[in-house]
Amino acid sequence: MTLADALRKDVLLQWRTRARFLAVLAFGAVTLLLFSFAAGPDTGALRRHAPGFLWLALLLSSTLALAESFQAEFEQRALEGLLLLPAPARSLFYGKALVNAAHLTLLGGALVPLAVVLYDLALPRPGALLGLLALGAAGLSAPGTLYAAMASQARARQMLLPLLLFPLVVPVLLSTVKATALLLTGDPMGQLRSWLLLLVCFDAVYWSLCGLLFGRVVEE
Amino acid sequence: MANDLAVEAAGLSRRYARRWALVDVALRVPRGSALMVAGRNGSGKSTLLRVLATAIRPTRGSARVAGFDLVADPDDVRRKTALLGHASYTYDALTALENLRITARFLRRPHTREALRAVLDDVGLAERADDAVETFSAGMRRRLALGRVLLQDAEVVLLDEPYGQLDPPGFRLVDRLLGRLREGGRSVLMATHLLERGAGLCDDALVLETGRVVWAGPAADLPAQGVT
Repeated sequence: MTLADALRKDVLLQWRTRARFLAVLAFGAVTLLLFSFAAGPDTGALRRHAPGFLWLALLLSSTLALAESFQAEFEQRALEGLLLLPAPARSLFYGKALVNAAHLTLLGGALVPLAVVLYDLALPRPGALLGLLALGAAGLSAPGTLYAAMASQARARQMLLPLLLFPLVVPVLLSTVKATALLLTGDPMGQLRSWLLLLVCFDAVYWSLCGLLFGRVVEE
Repeated sequence: MANDLAVEAAGLSRRYARRWALVDVALRVPRGSALMVAGRNGSGKSTLLRVLATAIRPTRGSARVAGFDLVADPDDVRRKTALLGHASYTYDALTALENLRITARFLRRPHTREALRAVLDDVGLAERADDAVETFSAGMRRRLALGRVLLQDAEVVLLDEPYGQLDPPGFRLVDRLLGRLREGGRSVLMATHLLERGAGLCDDALVLETGRVVWAGPAADLPAQGVT
């Protein structure tokens, strides 16, 4: 029940601050555009690097979205207020992380059509790509939510979150970029499954671990 | 701890980096009574209340609140206490009603519109129930925070500057709510700079200076102590 309450609270907060989603989406779109300029007019190179560009744009946008998700919690110490009720820290974490994962999946889903246009891609398996986006978003969301909670309490919060998050999510970036490339260009060697397995394992470990650690991070 | 004590602390101390904000504070608050905590800015009043609410841990010393140890049973202490702190513990993007509903749901309290409007009515915010908190003045946020404390209906109520940012009707509202809490048998610890007002509402008082208790006694005697 408390998880449902936490989820309800975070969905409501996201809905009320939905204008910020558009700002993060615009940031992701501009990033994709800049990558296309940087790669030059070679369509082959753009197609080849498109999976990397897409996931880098999502990763960079995720730091904004994750940091935003905790701003409301610390402005008036609302999170502390919930912890003092006492609301279980674990439920508050999973509520926030699930909503962040949904948010990033939606963001990724919105960036894909733009990537298709900018990089001249074909989408042979859109459903599988959406599933991969959800798994990748989950991989960014669990450690990202934990680190966003840590960074929100620090002075140099804008710098701290990417510094903590980026090195940790290298396996997510690696597996999602490879899996996306295989989904877009075909998988004659049957490698997709092993990349997905790596991603699922990462998700399972970090969703468990971060849920356990969240209480220590937000409690003094 | 004797059952007739709402709060009992001994040697309670708290350090922030190198500075001690509380030093060896000892206090006993009988159940159903009210204690005023006085002292200048930075004397440790807020730190004391935050430690007793388990918002921050004591560096050393021990305390029992509502019969539970502060460090060993923080969740039990939390179930029995409500803290009105400097922050309102609310979400600016949500309405007053939605904020109270979130609290009520976590507390497993009735969260119908009528029940929550009744709480908002108590603190004079019923007319603004559906307005986002970001449109509220500081005083209105304070009223909403008071409503949140009422909703918690806790055994031990910790009020940190409850009159802060309120207008004269707000002062009377706090007096009325304090009276109601005491009639309901709640124990109250209130930090305030309004000595005469606090002395009229509380049974006992203590004065903090640089984190140490420098005076403790009946609240009625406090104004004569020349505390500023």
